Amino acid sequence: MSDFTSGFWGLFVAGATLVSIVACGLLLASLSKRKVATDPDDTGHVWDEDLNELNNPLPRWWIWLFWITIVFSLGYLWLYPGLGANPGSLKWTSTGEYTEEVKQAEAQFGPLYARMALVDVKQLSTDSVARSAGERLFMSYCSQCHAADARGAKGFPNLTDADWLHGGDPETIKTTILDGRNAMMPSMAAVVGDAAGAKDMANYVRSLAKLDHDAAGAARAQPKFAVCAACHGPEGKGNPAMGAPNLTDKVWLYGSSEATIAETIMKGRTNVMPAHRAFLGEQRVHVLAAYVYGLSQGQSRDNGTAPVSAVK
Amino acid sequence: MNARIPLETVEQSLYEVRRKIYPRAVHGWFARWRWTLVFATQFVFYGLAWLEWNGRQAVLFDLAARKFYLFGLVFWPQDVIYLTVLLIVSALALFLFTAVAGRLWCGYACPQTVYTEIFMWIERRIEGDRPARMKLDKQPLGARKVALKAAKHGAWITLALWTGLTFVGYFTPIRDLTHSFATLDYGPWETFWILFYALATYGNAGWMREQVCKYMCPYARFQSAMFDSDTLVITYDAARGEPRGSRPRARDGEARSDRQGDCVDCHICVQVCPTGIDIRDGLQYECIGCAACVDACDQVMDKVGSPRGLIRYATENALRNGWSWRQILARVARPRVLVYTSILGAVAIAGAVALWMRVPVKVDVIRDRTSLAREVENGRVENLYRLQLMNTQERARAIAVSVEGAAPLRGLELADGAGRFEVPPLTTRMVTIRVRAQAVDGRGAHPITFVIESTDGAAGAFKLREKSRFLLP
Repeated sequence: MSDFTSGFWGLFVAGATLVSIVACGLLLASLSKRKVATDPDDTGHVWDEDLNELNNPLPRWWIWLFWITIVFSLGYLWLYPGLGANPGSLKWTSTGEYTEEVKQAEAQFGPLYARMALVDVKQLSTDSVARSAGERLFMSYCSQCHAADARGAKGFPNLTDADWLHGGDPETIKTTILDGRNAMMPSMAAVVGDAAGAKDMANYVRSLAKLDHDAAGAARAQPKFAVCAACHGPEGKGNPAMGAPNLTDKVWLYGSSEATIAETIMKGRTNVMPAHRAFLGEQRVHVLAAYVYGLSQGQSRDNGTAPVSAVK
Repeated sequence: MNARIPLETVEQSLYEVRRKIYPRAVHGWFARWRWTLVFATQFVFYGLAWLEWNGRQAVLFDLAARKFYLFGLVFWPQDVIYLTVLLIVSALALFLFTAVAGRLWCGYACPQTVYTEIFMWIERRIEGDRPARMKLDKQPLGARKVALKAAKHGAWITLALWTGLTFVGYFTPIRDLTHSFATLDYGPWETFWILFYALATYGNAGWMREQVCKYMCPYARFQSAMFDSDTLVITYDAARGEPRGSRPRARDGEARSDRQGDCVDCHICVQVCPTGIDIRDGLQYECIGCAACVDACDQVMDKVGSPRGLIRYATENALRNGWSWRQILARVARPRVLVYTSILGAVAIAGAVALWMRVPVKVDVIRDRTSLAREVENGRVENLYRLQLMNTQERARAIAVSVEGAAPLRGLELADGAGRFEVPPLTTRMVTIRVRAQAVDGRGAHPITFVIESTDGAAGAFKLREKSRFLLP
C-alpha cells in the first residue's frame, strides 16, 4: 500500500473488501432458499415446447464450502496483510520473509565458511570441499567476465596461467577480489603523433615480445618508448604495483596484432575489476581466493575436466 | 420461454440434505468380481511399497531428489514424456472400456468404489446388515450404540491411517516411516500428507461415498459422451418386468396370469444400490455400474422360479430389438470401438518402443554465454561449452565426447584432447569443454555436433548427438 500517498485508499480498499465479503454471505443466504413450484422435481420452466427444466439440487455440504471460504477469507485477512493498510496480526512482509531466509542460510553455511576462513589460502586451495564451494561461488559471481573455464576473454584476464597483472600470490588475489582494481592506460596519441607513429610503436612493442615486426619502424619508435617505460619499465616487463602488463610475454589482454596494439596506444584502455568486500564478505572471498589461486597453480578447473584415467 | 404458471408455490431449500444410504449386503457373480479386484488392487497398493530392488525400495518417487524409481528403471524429470504416455494410455483405455461396457472402472476398480466396499464390509461386521444399521441409527444414544459406533470409526480410522502411511511410503521410504511410527518422528510434510490422505480415505469412503461419484467426480459427468446405443449398461428389462407387483407363488402346472410381469417389486435392487437409485427408472447418471442389483435380482428370480436376467448387462439396441448375446457381441466391433482400440494400441506400442530405446545418459550442451569466442595460439579460435552429463543409471558410465562440424570450420578438436569422462551413478556432472578450430574466413555462427558415446563395453552402449553453434569472430 506504500504506493498510495493518501491514507484514504487504504480505508477504501479495506471497506470494499469487507463489503464484498458481507455481500457474498447475504447472497448465499438469500439464494439458498427460493419459492419453487409444488412439484419439487420440476422447476416449472419449459423451453422449446417440451424441454422441461428439472430440479437437481446441489447437496447441502456444497453450500457449506462457500461458507467455509468466507470464514477462511476473514481469518486470512485477520492474520495477513490484505485489509487495506492493515499489516495483519502476524505482521508478515515479503521483506521479512527474505531476511528470515537469509538468516537461516547464514546459520547453515556461516560455520562452514568460518572454519574455512581459518585455513591458509594455499592449504585451502587443495581442499576438495573448499574447491567445490569456490567453484560454485566462481560460477555465480566471476564467470560472467572471466568465463566458465576461468580462461577469460578479450579484456578479461585469464586466471589459470602464471601471468598476473597485479600479482598472483594468495594475499594479493584476495585483495584484488575484496577491493577490486582500477587500471588505466592513457592515450599515447600525443607521444606517438599520428597513426604511422602508432604503427611504428606497435612494431616496437611486438619486437619486445619477439613477434614478427617491421625492424625499421620499431627502430624509429624506440626513443619514444621512454614515456611508456614510466609504467611498463625500460625493458617492457611491466609493473604489478600499478597493474601495467608485461609486454615481453605471450599473454595479451586485448590482442597482439599490430592493429590492436596500435589502437591501444592511440586510444588507451580503461579496465575495472569491481570490489566484492561489501557484497560477498571476507570469508567467502577467502574461499574464492583459494579457488582462483588453485587454478593458477595448475589444478583442474573442476572435477569435470579430470580425465577418466585420473579418476580410476 | 414458455413458463407454466404454477398454481401453488412453496418455500424450499435449493440444497439437498444427504439422505443416508444403507446398502444391503450382496453376493453373486459380479460381487465376487468386485472383491477380486478389491484384493488385487489393494494387494498391489499395500504390498508394492515393501518390495526391495537393487538394495532399495522397488517403487519410490523421491520428490526431493527428483528421482523416480520403478524397479530397474530410474526416471528423471526429463522423462516426463513416459508419464504423459501412461496418462494417455489410461485415458484411452477408459474411453475404450466405457464405450464397450459402460462404467466398468467405476463399478469395479475405482479407489472410491474399492475403499467404500472395504469400509462397508467393516461397517457390516460391526453394526450388522442394512436392517440392523437402520435400527441402530434410530435408537437413542446408549452404551451399546456408542460402543458399536466407536468400534466402527476406530477401525475405519486405523485403516485410513495405514492407507495414508502406505501412500506417503511411495514418496518417503516406507521402512523408515514405519520405524519412526513408534516415536511419530515425522517431518511436517510427512505428517501433513499422512493425515491428509488418511482423512481423505476416511471421509470419502466412510462419509461421502456416493456423494463423491454424484457431485465431485468429473468422469461421471463426461462419460455419457462415450456411451452409444450399443454400449453394455446395467438395464432393467421393463418389457419383461412390467407390470410389477407381488404375486402368489406359482403352483405346479398352473399357468401364470399373462397380465403380471416378472418383477415382484421386492425392492431388493433398490436396497443393495450403493448410490440409492432405482434401476427400474432406467439409465441414470448416478449409476456407477457396480451390478449389485443384477446379483440381487438374479437371486430373487431364482427364488420365485423365473429366469435370471430381469436386470442384466444389455445394450439399448439389444433391449429394443431383443438381440441375443451373439448379436450384441457382433456390435462390439463398431467404428467407435475400433478407433479407440487402434489409437490405444498405437500409443501403447510407441510408448513401449520409446521405453525400450531409452538412452540412460542424457546430455545438455550449453554454449557458454559469458564468452563468445577467443583467440588462442596460432590464430586458432576457441569456444567454450558446458556439457551437463546426466547418468540416470545405478552404475557409473564412462563416456567419450567428440565434436564434428563442416566447412568453414577446419581442424575442429577438443582443446584438452581426450574428452573422456566418468559419470558416477545417478549423478549430474557439469564439464566445461573447450573446442578449437582454425580461424579462416566465415564470421558468424556455424553448426557443430557433439557426439557422446559410451566407452564401457557393449552392455547398454549408446551414441548420442547434440547440436550446438561455434562462433567465429
